[in-house]
Amino acid sequence: MKLNEIFKRQSLFVPIIAIVLGLVLGALVMLAGGYDPILAYQSMLTKIFGSTFDIGEAIRTIVPLVMCGLAVAISFRAGMFNIGVDGQIIMGSLGALIVGTQFNLPPFLHGLVAILVGALFGGLWGALVGYLKATKGISEVVTSIMLNFIALYFSQFMINLFMLQKGTQRSEMIHDSASIQVSWLSNLAGGARIHWGFFIVILAVIFYQVYLNKTKWGYELRTVGLNPHAAKYAGMSVSRVLVRTMFISGVFGGLVGAFDVLGVFKYVAISSTTSGLGFDGIAVALLGGNTAIGVLLSGILIGALTYGSQGMSFGAGVPGEIIRMVIGFIIFFVAAPGIVKLLFRPFQKKTKKKV
Amino acid sequence: MNKADIALELKGITKRFPGIVANDSISFQLKRGEIHALLGENGAGKSTLMNIVFGLYQPEEGEIHVNGEKALIDSPNKAIELGIGMVHQHFKLVEPFTVTENIILGTEPKRGMQTDIKGASKKVKQLSEQYGFDIDPMATIDSISVGMQQRVEIIKTLYRGADILIFDEPTAVLTPQEIIELLEIMKRLVAEGKSIILITHKLKEIMEIADTCTIIRRGKVIESVTVADTNPQELAEKMVGKAVNFKTEKQPAKPKEVFLEAKDIVVVDRNGKNVLNHLSFSLHAGEIVGIAGVDGNGQTELIEAITGMQSVKSGDILLQGKSIVNHTPRSISESGISHIPQDRHKHGLVLDFSVSENTILQTYYHPEITNKRGFIDVKARNEMATRLVKEFDIRTPGIDTRVGSMSGGNQQKIIIAREIDKDPQVMIAAQPTRGLDVGAIEFVHKQLIAQRDQGKAVLLVSFELEEILNVADRILVLFDGQIVGDTTPDTTNEQELGLMMAGKYERGGTNEAK
Amino acid sequence: MDIIANLLNGTLVFSTALIFAALGGLISERSGVINIGIEGFMVSGAFFSAVTAYYAEAAGFGAFSPWLGLIGAFIFTVIFSSIHAVASIKYGANQVVSGTVINILASGSTFFLVKMIFAGSAETPILANVFHKVRIPYLTDIPFIGKVFFNAYPTTYVALALVIVLHFILFKTPSGLRLRSVGEHPNAAATVGVKVNRMRYMAVILSGSLASLGGATIVLTSNSNFAYNTISGQGFIALAAVIIGRWNPIGAMLAALLFGLAQAVKDQFQIFDFAANIPTEFFYMLPYLLTLLVLIGAVGKSRAPKALGEPYEVGKR
Repeated sequence: MKLNEIFKRQSLFVPIIAIVLGLVLGALVMLAGGYDPILAYQSMLTKIFGSTFDIGEAIRTIVPLVMCGLAVAISFRAGMFNIGVDGQIIMGSLGALIVGTQFNLPPFLHGLVAILVGALFGGLWGALVGYLKATKGISEVVTSIMLNFIALYFSQFMINLFMLQKGTQRSEMIHDSASIQVSWLSNLAGGARIHWGFFIVILAVIFYQVYLNKTKWGYELRTVGLNPHAAKYAGMSVSRVLVRTMFISGVFGGLVGAFDVLGVFKYVAISSTTSGLGFDGIAVALLGGNTAIGVLLSGILIGALTYGSQGMSFGAGVPGEIIRMVIGFIIFFVAAPGIVKLLFRPFQKKTKKKV
Repeated sequence: MNKADIALELKGITKRFPGIVANDSISFQLKRGEIHALLGENGAGKSTLMNIVFGLYQPEEGEIHVNGEKALIDSPNKAIELGIGMVHQHFKLVEPFTVTENIILGTEPKRGMQTDIKGASKKVKQLSEQYGFDIDPMATIDSISVGMQQRVEIIKTLYRGADILIFDEPTAVLTPQEIIELLEIMKRLVAEGKSIILITHKLKEIMEIADTCTIIRRGKVIESVTVADTNPQELAEKMVGKAVNFKTEKQPAKPKEVFLEAKDIVVVDRNGKNVLNHLSFSLHAGEIVGIAGVDGNGQTELIEAITGMQSVKSGDILLQGKSIVNHTPRSISESGISHIPQDRHKHGLVLDFSVSENTILQTYYHPEITNKRGFIDVKARNEMATRLVKEFDIRTPGIDTRVGSMSGGNQQKIIIAREIDKDPQVMIAAQPTRGLDVGAIEFVHKQLIAQRDQGKAVLLVSFELEEILNVADRILVLFDGQIVGDTTPDTTNEQELGLMMAGKYERGGTNEAK
Repeated sequence: MDIIANLLNGTLVFSTALIFAALGGLISERSGVINIGIEGFMVSGAFFSAVTAYYAEAAGFGAFSPWLGLIGAFIFTVIFSSIHAVASIKYGANQVVSGTVINILASGSTFFLVKMIFAGSAETPILANVFHKVRIPYLTDIPFIGKVFFNAYPTTYVALALVIVLHFILFKTPSGLRLRSVGEHPNAAATVGVKVNRMRYMAVILSGSLASLGGATIVLTSNSNFAYNTISGQGFIALAAVIIGRWNPIGAMLAALLFGLAQAVKDQFQIFDFAANIPTEFFYMLPYLLTLLVLIGAVGKSRAPKALGEPYEVGKR
């Protein structure tokens, strides 16, 4: 699988045009379906910016998307396609849940330990994928799919074993001391569930940028991703780089899980499917070109659109899924810039003729 | 001359790629039953021209006439229809397929709904016998030798009834014996009425077999000459555009103590076969030892064994008396071995990295580049890159330029600069001039000789005998994982080396080298 | 004996959708185009089969309507597969990205359409006419074997027949030879006149339609309608089946059967006394754990088509 072409630097022109085209195409679909696109986009914007609560909740949607984007992006940069972020999230939730329900620690410290354990669970789950790829040569695509399901059922097993809230399909609540909600900010944002993750995600983006571009390990990671043969020739341990990278990727995923448990829901529900956030992370990473700033921006865009889509059905009677389509269109245009150029060629020719 | 005597004629063919005119109004005539050589350096435009004749590219200007009639060749199918066949330099063979499957691909005979493999095999066998090819139709491509694979390519064209055959650098991958056989085959083909275009940059072959030679330089036809009326020196000058010095200038070597010693090393491949079979040799300070041999006789394994990229089953490798066998590539690199890899795109460079990122590929972890906390000192890295660009005259718009966008010669300069800058005791250069033009080749050879003159030991692995004879002070011949010859350029010649490379003759070799 | 027969019969039921989807993935990847979008094609197939069958029912086609559902899925999924084909073949888009786009677009647009067509409802109406297991005279009465093999949905027979047909086409016919050559060495194929991109277009389009039958099967046999969770991960399992089955139709079928078996075990093993003490999650986990262990223990690595994921460029080596 050649992932290299994803990394090729391209001008900002293509993504911006892609976003505009995506929204326009979405509007056309709505028109064709007999909806009012202007009203729909209006209600979307109202939903996002309507109140401090909404802004807070929109950011709450953005945080895990950026994290998942980083998790997918870092593995892409090492030449791996990680569709196992979902599983890493589950393991992160499980780790945080165990610490949050089974231990008694002083407030701040309890949350910190729970986050760290969640991150570690996710990291190890990711590292397992890297390890199997490095030592056995098993495609990371297959292992991460399998590990997603295994994580799902393993987590259910653990919850059923000793953390089940009797008579419900969910776990016990975490102890209050383990909560990572930031109450003064939440109050400020009209009760939106704001948690430590807001700050940690910024640290994660900075970490990603510095790690990849300024450190020895980042240099190794990029070399392995672009040319594993050259990496071997340069004396790098490709296996170690793969495991290390997948560990970091898993930590990002694990953090998402920990945030959900400790900062948003306070428990883990028993569900028959994984969250799908990891797959959204693929979209974020691809749209962001696997760079730190790109992932941050695309995470903000996709997160805001996703949150705002809830307002569309309420405000304009448009099914919110239209936003999924818009996101699909945007990534499609980013992935095939030739199509964007094709659409603009008639205009370019005209301007040339005028000159 | 009768029009029907011209099998193929090109008139004013022009083909442009972004930023370059690959073919600039090229014209020439291929007479029926002749071998017409197309001579030019790498990048002169020969392959582009032949891809046009074969219908893979469309020319912007110009006409192609086949058998006196104007033809529009817009696909390989059309070329095949017109009786044009091409034996590509990089074989167009599907490796997991059998010989027969490869030959019939695209024109499969059917029996009912099924492919008629049996019938096809029979026909392949018949063609093989007619031309003395000795091919097993049911063998898979990855199980037969390179020489055999080339014959499959030839049969592929004959199976389709080709009258005009284009051979693109056909001898590049062959042993001297296989070359002789190939030239015989070509003569037989011409005798049967086929016409042949031979694309090559090897003057010897042209002198030996071609009737006419058209020289191309930078996309333009310089001249078409009758081979009988010319000589290699004249052809070379026309090809390069200036006087060519065949001999590389160098002083006699002054070998000193042994720097690198291989003792009885054995390397096995995945199937348990000894690809290096109790091989021993020694390399002295201040000498260039050339490893001659046909590709696939253990060269890659030898280099990888020395540099730690492949494990050695038994035996020892000593660098200045200390064992380095089965150490990691990094520790071997640290102990003083530099390596110019044979495939610069695969191993030597990260094409999507900048010049400066590539210059630190072997030393990025050194304290000068990476500090104790694991951060890379970008300033130090850029200073190093700037210095190397200047010292080695690397032509690049800047140190932030993507290496993939640079010419092969400049790419190779980056690798050589990086490896020499490590100040090694031993320099291993594998195919260091492959695909380079004359100027770049000269540069590489001068650098290797300069290393030698500074008292370094240089191991030169090359499939080009000319290069070995020119640059090396001592020649070892590698055949089937063993050293079968140990000689010097002054006391041997191509014929003798050729016999040794084919395993037909031994001289010196492992025992005497001790 | 009966339990085992039920188990094996259940295996066939659960495997059918996976076999369709795996065949779809296989044909695309054999031509050199990565197909992460199988999941999306299955969603598309599930949706279009539900809608087509629904309208066929309304038009009075009765028991014939599920067949029209299958055909509808097969045809309309071309909308999505042609997007993947154009992006990855004509515009050289990264095939993983393009496949991901398919997954997003397929789920987004089908759920959008469901709500649009069925007045805000999140699911399509329950179909009255779906496929039923067919009994074949005499054969079904054979003890054990009849119960296992000759008491299945018609789609199962279609899927098994397709495995054989595809195997024959791939390895015995000129078209198959060309398809494989395009996936292994497109430039070699082009030099002997094989139309590389045309071959790939056909493979990707067919791939989408075959995979869509997998989605349709689920709707038209077990679920009877299309909802947001009708397809949840089966496409990725099918993708794994392609890799585990080494890009061979029979291998992929066996891998799909393995997943189906595990699914059946999960449903039926709990009736045993000795299994009652084993947590159910263990059975749920089993197929995936098993696959992982098989892969870890497998000798030799599976060999993907050589040109997989590489856009074809004229004149490249």
